[in-house]
Amino acid sequence: MNSPAISVSGVAKQFVMHLQGGKTLNVVDNASFAVHGGECVVLGGPSGAGKSSILKMIYGNYRVDAGSITLAAHGHCTDIASALPREVLRLRQHTIGYVSQFLRVIPRISALDIVAEARRADGAEDEVARQDAKSLLARLNVPERLWGLAPATFSGGEQQRVNIARGFAASRPILLLDEPTASLDARNRAVVVELIRERKAEGVAILGIFHDEDVRDAVADRIVDVTTFAAQAA
Amino acid sequence: MVAETPLLSVAGLTRYYGARVGCENVGFDLYEGEVLAVVGESGSGKSTLLSVLSTQLEPTGGSVQYRMRDGKMRDVFALGEAERRLLLRTDWGFVHQDASHGLRMSVSAGGNVGERLMAVGWRHYGNIRTEAGDWLKRVEIALDRMDDKPRQFSGGMRQRLQIARNLVTRPRLVFMDEPTGGLDVSVQARLLDLIRGLVADLGLAVVIVTHDLAVARLLSHRIMVMKGGTVIETGLTDQVLDDPREPYTQLLVSSVLQV
Repeated sequence: MNSPAISVSGVAKQFVMHLQGGKTLNVVDNASFAVHGGECVVLGGPSGAGKSSILKMIYGNYRVDAGSITLAAHGHCTDIASALPREVLRLRQHTIGYVSQFLRVIPRISALDIVAEARRADGAEDEVARQDAKSLLARLNVPERLWGLAPATFSGGEQQRVNIARGFAASRPILLLDEPTASLDARNRAVVVELIRERKAEGVAILGIFHDEDVRDAVADRIVDVTTFAAQAA
Repeated sequence: MVAETPLLSVAGLTRYYGARVGCENVGFDLYEGEVLAVVGESGSGKSTLLSVLSTQLEPTGGSVQYRMRDGKMRDVFALGEAERRLLLRTDWGFVHQDASHGLRMSVSAGGNVGERLMAVGWRHYGNIRTEAGDWLKRVEIALDRMDDKPRQFSGGMRQRLQIARNLVTRPRLVFMDEPTGGLDVSVQARLLDLIRGLVADLGLAVVIVTHDLAVARLLSHRIMVMKGGTVIETGLTDQVLDDPREPYTQLLVSSVLQV
């Protein structure tokens, strides 16, 4: 088998809350697992077990206190735990896609531009990017009358679908999904399942968190239970 | 894999005002296309740092190296007066919080932009006017306001004009001091949007000083948190804002009002 696209090894994360008397929270301890290209691994475990924190560390959004997270793509290996900020930025530009739970964008920019921008960042021509953005938004059932508007006033589900369209607009060898289906109805959940399957078939390594069992069963090749990590460490 | 030399390389930069610390032992590298936000409260030393970086103040110690157009790294404080002035007029830009400090208020909008072109050797009136007009359009100022003086402009328009004046010579490095400070929020959003687009299109390196963490999040790739003249925390912008380590950074982040 090829070397994995994501290798998490002995990773730990704690938060020290200085404003609350220096209280320390151990959110992740000794996490170790790997994700290969073409498979979808789902992080399992109850709320608060550190699933989101693991995704955020892989994306470079949270700092890593111990261990290593090696990402392999485009012929390079990078340990995100020790990478320079510029290297992390470069990985985000070409290697890692990330769909967060909430859409966070600049005010005033239309839904279509948000999605097309992600596609353009991937190297697509302006016109191609707009066409692809339109077909993704249509596929995710975002009404056409909303495309030209900024998403600030959209419903939670609509915002989330714009967020998903943006995350899937660019094609990256590693894709992190943090509860992308949380506020979607059955019809749109099915679209997301389709999108995930297409990416898997293209060889993308996918790591996700899904609370919805239907979606999880439909896409997961393996489930990694994060509650077992701390136990192994003990 | 990331091996090219930085555009700006700062080491041990220190400025005292007598016995008082302005900024102390600041160091960082900045590359083309990177936006670095310097955040902190008033008195944290961020404005002093910007003044020293842009050579408006002499440092007490440390160095600021800049990669000139010929590819050579030079200490900006070792440049001759003429060389430094040329650098400031062509390869660098400075956007002041108060646009009246960065504009000539008694000269027309077109003149404010054209003047920078003349300073780098443009002589043909028609070309200068055309280029100035293009830049006014880029910053969303209507051409029929080209011959008006900035005095007659709103705060947001003045700020956009100041940006056009700075960018017309295609600088590679731009310093910004609270560029959206003192503007209405709606005007602020439009300006942020504009700055973000221009920075990305032109591949500018930017050092932006702001006390507004939302501005830092929207515009910058990296962030430096300053307190009492020193840098206490640094990293990717979203990393520092979402996972702040230092007590002071945690306090800053938790003090932002959520809308």
